[in-house]
Amino acid sequence: MMDTQLVMYEEDFKKILAVIQRLVRDANAKGIFVVDKNGQLIAEAGEVRGIDTTSLASLTAGSIAATGGLAKIIGEDDFPVHFHQGARDNLHITLVGGRIILVVVFDDRSSLGLVRLRVKKAGTEMGKIFEDIQKKAESEAATGTSTSPFAEITDDDIDNLFSE
Amino acid sequence: MSFINYSSREINCKIVYYGPGLCGKTTNLQFIYTKTNPDLKGKMISLATETERTLFFDFLPLALGQIRGFKTRFHLYTVPGQVFYDASRKLILKGVDGVVFVADSQIERMEANLESIDNLKVNLREQGYELDKIPFVIQYNKRDLPNAAPLDELRRQLNPSGVQDFEASATTGEGVFETLKAVAKTVLSDLKRLSR
Ligand SMILES: Nc1nc2c(ncn2[C@@H]2O[C@H](COP(=O)(O)OP(=O)(O)OP(=O)(O)O)[C@@H](O)[C@H]2O)c(=O)[nH]1
Ligand SMILES: [Mg+2]
Repeated sequence: MMDTQLVMYEEDFKKILAVIQRLVRDANAKGIFVVDKNGQLIAEAGEVRGIDTTSLASLTAGSIAATGGLAKIIGEDDFPVHFHQGARDNLHITLVGGRIILVVVFDDRSSLGLVRLRVKKAGTEMGKIFEDIQKKAESEAATGTSTSPFAEITDDDIDNLFSE
Repeated sequence: MSFINYSSREINCKIVYYGPGLCGKTTNLQFIYTKTNPDLKGKMISLATETERTLFFDFLPLALGQIRGFKTRFHLYTVPGQVFYDASRKLILKGVDGVVFVADSQIERMEANLESIDNLKVNLREQGYELDKIPFVIQYNKRDLPNAAPLDELRRQLNPSGVQDFEASATTGEGVFETLKAVAKTVLSDLKRLSR
C-alpha cells in the first residue's frame, strides 16, 4: 500500500525540534538532522552552518535505501544503525519507525558509546511523535478533513509559477 | 511522496527522470542546472561511474516560487538507465510524485525504449503505483540526430494512451524546460485533486 502524504504542522515540528536540540546537548553532538526516507530534510539542530543540508538529506536517504536493499538481499529486514568514521567527524545514522532517519554528526568531544546511548532514547521519543503524525494524517484522510493548502489552488496559481 | 511542511511553509515534490541508458536523463538535469538562477537551485549531485554513466542517481533541488504562501520545491532525480542497475532504479522511484520518461529517438533504440517503459511499469507496480494514475509525461530526446525515428512512430509505440509529450534535444536544451514545466504542473494539479 502507498504511504500517506507526510504533513508536518507547527506543533509537531516544535516537538521534534525539542527532541533533537536536547540530543545535541546530551550526546555532545555537532549537528543533528532529521530526514524523511524520501530524502527531504525535516529538522536540524546544532552547528549546521556551512553544511549543504539539502544534499545531505538526499544522500542520506539514498544511502539508507541502498543499505536497506542490501539487507533484504541477505535476508535481513533492514540495517537500523549505521556508523561512518572519519578523520575528524563521524556520522551516526539510525532509522526511526521505518520512515524517518536520524543523522548525528559528532567529533572527539563525544564518543560512539555516548551517541548510541542517547540516540536510543531520543529515537524512541521521535518514533512516538511520528506515529502521532501518521495517525493524524490517516484520520484526516479517512474523514476528509484534510486542510491541505492545495485543495484551494487554481490553475492560475499553477500557471503563475511558470510565468517568468 | 510530497511533503507539506506547515512550519517552514514549504511543499516538496519528487520528480524522477526515467529511460534507457544514454537517452539523456542526466543531460536534461545538467541543462536545467546551468540555466537556473543560483537563488532557485541547490547543488547538483551526480553519483556516476568514471565514464559518466549514472551509477545511482543525479539529484537537483529546485525552488519554483510560492503558491498560496507555500514555497514550492521540486527535487529532480534521474535513475541509472543501464539494464543491470534495476535494484537502484526501484529505490529511486520510492515516494515519487511525477515521472518523465525520456525516450531516445534514435531508431535503433526503439527496443531499449520499450523495455525501459515496461520496466518502469513493473517497478511502479511493485510499490503500489500505476503509471496511468500518476503524473507522467514523455520526452522524445535527441531529435537533432539524423537517425531519429519519425515522431508519429515514436508516439504510436511509446505513447498509446496519449499523455503530454515533447520533442527535445537535451544537449542544446530544446524542449527541456517545456518537459519540466509540464510534469511540475501535472504534479501540482494532482496534489490539488488529491487534497479535495
Ligand atoms: N545528439 C544528442 N546527444 C545527446 C542528447 N541528449 C544527450 N545526448 C548525449 O548522450 C550521451 C548520454 O547522455 P546522458 O545524459 O549521460 O544519458 P543518461 O540517460 O543519463 O544515461 P545513463 O546515466 O547511463 O542512464 C551524452 O554523450 C550526451 O551528450 C541530444 O538531445 N542530442
Ligand atoms: Mg545518467
